[in-house]
Amino acid sequence: MSPHLQVWRWHVTMLTSILHRMTGGALYAGGLLVALWAIALAGGPESYALFTGLLGSVLGKLVLFGFTASVFYHLGNGVRHLVWDAGHGLDVKDANASAYAVFGFTIAATGAVWAIAFMTGALS
Amino acid sequence: MVQLRLPKNSRVTPGKHHPAPAGAGKTKTFKVYRYDPELGQNPRWDTYDVDTTACGPMVLDILIHIKNYMDPTLTFRRSCREGICGSCAMVIDGRNALACLQGHAECKGDKIMIGPLPHMPVVKDLVPDLTLFYAQYASVEPWLHTETPEPQKEWKQTPEDRAKLDGLYECILCACCSTSCPSYWWNQEKYLGPAALLHAYRWIIDSRDEATGARLDELEDPFKLYRCHTIMNCAQVCPKGLNPAKAIAEVKKMLVDRVV
Repeated sequence: MSPHLQVWRWHVTMLTSILHRMTGGALYAGGLLVALWAIALAGGPESYALFTGLLGSVLGKLVLFGFTASVFYHLGNGVRHLVWDAGHGLDVKDANASAYAVFGFTIAATGAVWAIAFMTGALS
Repeated sequence: MVQLRLPKNSRVTPGKHHPAPAGAGKTKTFKVYRYDPELGQNPRWDTYDVDTTACGPMVLDILIHIKNYMDPTLTFRRSCREGICGSCAMVIDGRNALACLQGHAECKGDKIMIGPLPHMPVVKDLVPDLTLFYAQYASVEPWLHTETPEPQKEWKQTPEDRAKLDGLYECILCACCSTSCPSYWWNQEKYLGPAALLHAYRWIIDSRDEATGARLDELEDPFKLYRCHTIMNCAQVCPKGLNPAKAIAEVKKMLVDRVV
């Protein structure tokens, strides 16, 4: 079998595609996180404090940051897929441009959520 | 199945170095995939320092120069040298292209990699086995299907209907698109791949064809068509500037349109 991934120079659209799959997977884990939060809340003040304490740790914040970025990336790229499914934006130039637009949206939206979280004191 | 690593017997080992002859002009190094099934050895990367002042501007010129003057054992397909036969499709500098249309000056890096089309069985050196690829093309029955009696002279078509075939009929079946597609890499026994699907669409939208419904039925399958995830590699590499991803999206749209 001839070499494939080993020799390929990636296109940006190839990257957005695999990231869509990966963030989609991450959202499953994120969904569990939300469920755990609800369970902790239902379990009373102690379990809730334990859960929010864990999420407030450096590692917890990192996980939350990844979750937020995944949500926004998957949302942005999902819209891109919807537009494609309607038959638009499929020219190479447009697809490349929308790939960068999705990256931009992800960075901006994730940054905005975390900035708000810090400014309102929801996170410290 | 997704298999990121190459099978053990396909991993490429370092190979021989062929220096340029004494007195050569400006040289450039090419790293070329070599595999000879008769040796019973793993494939290898041979490097050639090619005197670029002694050959033409295209990668195909480089390969012909190597074969004529440096190493007659190098095997590759070529015919028209003007981008219409599709024989010299290969990976050049990490992207699928026709060697005859790819200028070597446009390739970056000090060592330019040349290999056979990706994730395909290799017959020898740069020659992939395209049996499956052609079978997939044949499976879309790429000819006019009609039921009405044949007209005396010819099947007529309005200029507008004829224009719908632009961007489709130009495909030369070089296999650059299909073998650039990760979905095709992982599922080529079940997924038809961009080239065959572009041709399927070419007949689906042909106003003279009377088997549109049957053609769509044939494609309505989780693997044959829907392994396309709009990765877009096909359109990125097509040496004829065609867009199989768009053709596939149109087929998907037609499948939705006929049920809503």
